[in-house]
Amino acid sequence: MNGALTVATSGRVLRQVRTDRRTIALIIVVPCVLLGLLAWIYDGTPVFDAIGPALLGVFPMVVMFIVTSVSTLRERQSGTLERLLTTPMGKGDFMMGYAAAFGALSTVQALIATGFAVWVCGLDVAGPLWLLVVVAVFDAVLGTALGLLASGFARTEFQAVQFMPAFLLPQFLLCGLLVPRDQMPTVLEWVSNVLPLSYAVDAMKEIAGNPDPVTAVLGDLGIVAAFIAGALALASLTLSRRSA
Amino acid sequence: MMNNSGPAVVVSGLQVVRGKHRVIPGIDLEIPGGQVVGLLGPSGSGKSTLMRCIVGVQIIESGTVTVLGHPAGSPVLRDRVGYVTQSPSVYADLSVRDNVAYFGRAIGLRGAELREAVDRTLAEVDLVTYAEQLVQDLSGGQESRVSLAAALVGRPSLLVLDEPTVGLDPVLRRDLWDLFRHLADRGHSLVVSSHVMDEATRCDRLVLLREGRVLADLTPAELLQRTGAVDADAAFLALIDAETARSGGRSTS
Repeated sequence: MNGALTVATSGRVLRQVRTDRRTIALIIVVPCVLLGLLAWIYDGTPVFDAIGPALLGVFPMVVMFIVTSVSTLRERQSGTLERLLTTPMGKGDFMMGYAAAFGALSTVQALIATGFAVWVCGLDVAGPLWLLVVVAVFDAVLGTALGLLASGFARTEFQAVQFMPAFLLPQFLLCGLLVPRDQMPTVLEWVSNVLPLSYAVDAMKEIAGNPDPVTAVLGDLGIVAAFIAGALALASLTLSRRSA
Repeated sequence: MMNNSGPAVVVSGLQVVRGKHRVIPGIDLEIPGGQVVGLLGPSGSGKSTLMRCIVGVQIIESGTVTVLGHPAGSPVLRDRVGYVTQSPSVYADLSVRDNVAYFGRAIGLRGAELREAVDRTLAEVDLVTYAEQLVQDLSGGQESRVSLAAALVGRPSLLVLDEPTVGLDPVLRRDLWDLFRHLADRGHSLVVSSHVMDEATRCDRLVLLREGRVLADLTPAELLQRTGAVDADAAFLALIDAETARSGGRSTS
């Protein structure tokens, strides 16, 4: 690993994103629109305060998963990845470059979405607002790491996009948003225990309901960080310098 | 100055299998340093596969490939070997300058040194006026020059170029071959594949491949002399005919 190569890669990824203004607009605007819709649907009930924070964590993960899996698939197909790996650029520099670039992008997304949810939609959480942003950024980096991993199994961009429901929807169903995890059938609860989104949503639920959530949130974020590390380690196995 | 005392590439007993095909059934070859070596042969003759072996991205069945004294693909070679694939491998959604600068950073150039290297390289591939354009807005020939620039920017000791002049106009082709000559004169080693036989005369040495074997390894003068042909195209055909006659009237696949 080489810090300068990581910075060079994240700078390059951000420059690429910058040329695609419509993608930037979608990344920023879509979560706000969906949060606004949700607040409107549950107008006059306490539901939005309960699930709004969790969704603030789900959006960045989904968006970054798709963006990362498609862009790394392009790198594999265009030959730029193979070419980069013939230079001193390491797999770690490449992956951390992506994680840092999309982490930065998701920080902007999280700040705007959180601000919109709180000041426009009237989201009321017990814990500190900055912690919402921190958890959202962790979720975004998790999405990037899972996207890097998933792109290793995709041969076409169609497949890469289909991996979103395949990788993420089961996690969404089991993360405790629809039914609290401890009320699920035992087997499903076990499954939800080994899925990263469950811990991301647990952290957001702590912030929603607990006035002093930092300790509990740090525990959940530790688990999310371990999943990020695991996904990146597995993803690095799919980035091989040599191919047949 | 480069160290051009030893051979740039030594290939020994190389065999490569892709899918079910033995695309390289056996190659032994020595590529001298400080020269422009042309890798010629029809489509499917194993030129690209051999180049992939030299840069160390090809999984090989058996044999060894030694580049600048190290096994192909070794970490020590990564800022000394430049590789340009046949289809341009650059970022379509970045400007020409950003592409070249990124690959310059990848091999460790920074600051003023990087800026000078990028400016020099853009001039060499004649893309100065397009520097700020996105690659996706360029023509195919311009895009392949961006890909070439991304390898030239680091001034590698060994440049491996897979059909770098395809789709370029004659003036630009001549200019690029002049550049290759200039680099070789300064001690760089170049391996350039082509199926345009006319370009053979611009090389110091020619390696003719057919069906994953070395048909001939000689200088352009020797090629014309040995075959008695008037140009490289005819010489290549004469060699193939001779080979076919030797192997009993039919070629093996």
